[in-house]
Amino acid sequence: MSVVIRIPTQLRQLTGGEGEVSVEAATVGNALKALEGSYPGLGERLFDESSSLRRFVNVFLSDEDIRFLDGLATPVADGAVISIVPAVAGG
Amino acid sequence: MKTVVGLRCRECGRTFPEEALHVCEFCFGPLEVDYDYDAIASTISRDAIEQGPRSIWRYAPLLPVDGRDPVSLGAGFTPLVRAERLGAELGLKDLWIKDDTANPTGSFKDRVVSVALTKARQLGFKVAACASTGNLANSVAAHAARAGMASVVLIPSNLEKAKITMTAVFGGQVIAVDGTYDDVNRLCAELTSERAEWAFVNVNVRAYYAEGSKTLAFEIAEQLGWHAPDHVVVPVASGSQLTKVAKGFKELAAVGLIDPHEVRISGAQAEGCAPVATAFARGIDAIEPVKPNTIAKSLAIGNPADGHYALDAINGSGGSCGAVSDAEIVEGIQLLARCEGIFAETAGGVTIATLAQLAQRGVIDPSERTVAIVSGHGLKTVESLAETVTQTQTISPSLEAFLDAFGPDDPSLP
Repeated sequence: MSVVIRIPTQLRQLTGGEGEVSVEAATVGNALKALEGSYPGLGERLFDESSSLRRFVNVFLSDEDIRFLDGLATPVADGAVISIVPAVAGG
Repeated sequence: MKTVVGLRCRECGRTFPEEALHVCEFCFGPLEVDYDYDAIASTISRDAIEQGPRSIWRYAPLLPVDGRDPVSLGAGFTPLVRAERLGAELGLKDLWIKDDTANPTGSFKDRVVSVALTKARQLGFKVAACASTGNLANSVAAHAARAGMASVVLIPSNLEKAKITMTAVFGGQVIAVDGTYDDVNRLCAELTSERAEWAFVNVNVRAYYAEGSKTLAFEIAEQLGWHAPDHVVVPVASGSQLTKVAKGFKELAAVGLIDPHEVRISGAQAEGCAPVATAFARGIDAIEPVKPNTIAKSLAIGNPADGHYALDAINGSGGSCGAVSDAEIVEGIQLLARCEGIFAETAGGVTIATLAQLAQRGVIDPSERTVAIVSGHGLKTVESLAETVTQTQTISPSLEAFLDAFGPDDPSLP
């Protein structure tokens, strides 16, 4: 599946300034891990040493927090949009 | 005098310049203002503060901005009132209410917004923006008008009517989003990447904004004769206010304005949105997001940005975190109004109901000097009481009608 991933400002220096990139993946987790192949260095920004998403990284699939879905195992359809959003906002 | 060193990631410690940055570029941790406390301690004094303005700006040396020309409607220095009757009802002998309904737009948000927009203006921003559950919207729109800035406020579309009117009247953009506050917040977090020229007070200037809540602790201590209380009960939405109140007491001791004193910090949430209270009750440090469903809309943040830190502050201080039902919230509003003459919005009802719960469970000792923070005015959420309180009687304008309705010995009259 080809999915679009929205990249926040904080990571755009690693994507050559791009705010949206496309990857091939079957799940949200695969999609995020696939980023490292095209954009070296992105992986360690998103995942900690134990390959868990960092505590202050929120991920949304079509505007729904993946913690309300199946987390990183959530399957993605062709054309799906995944957003990486810093958790620290609001209130 | 320069007292701000820069910004520092609360998670990994990396440092950043004093700009409109809120998130660590490496680990996404929150950035916090880093102060030179020795420099502050060498110049700050109780006397100088007491001669300052009767607003949050009397504490300018402990705020992350140049306070000489603030964007201000006069936020802060709100009453701290001894609550003897409410205390008697709850079995608490030394209870106080920090009445933040008295702020210019009726909530504690005026504290944080005054700091945020002062900083935003100093950084060169011309547009003030925010994601809001209502109180922040009111305050951003009002302060932006005061500062001659444009404003763009995003709110969930189901907000109380008064909060929409109290925002729109100031003439900025008010954008209602079909979704929860968490949806609005996520949208704003994404918009910040696309509209870098807007100062989103609780996103890209959040590091400065959040510091404004420390002034609650500063005022409470000053109003108690430069002594910290034993216990403070604080409503929890994002968890920022609670975290910063805890920090405020520590800072006062660090710069020598008060003697060090352990302050227990307890949180108050609605059952319909209690991610922090749930984690506290389970004894875990992971905050699981929830889909809110409560009348306390100003606290309806299911995915609280500072939830971890609020929980740390609660656990680290020996405090607690309670959650109360919508019915208890309405009772809390009425109890505070009846006993103390203060009309709070639903968030205040949450605080008072939680205070009652913690007192009943013996979590608060009757002799502890306890302060409950009532953070917003009841006129903002009158809908919550529409079916609970109304006029006692409707009569014709004549003495006869009065005497018909109430006999000479009618027990319902005083």
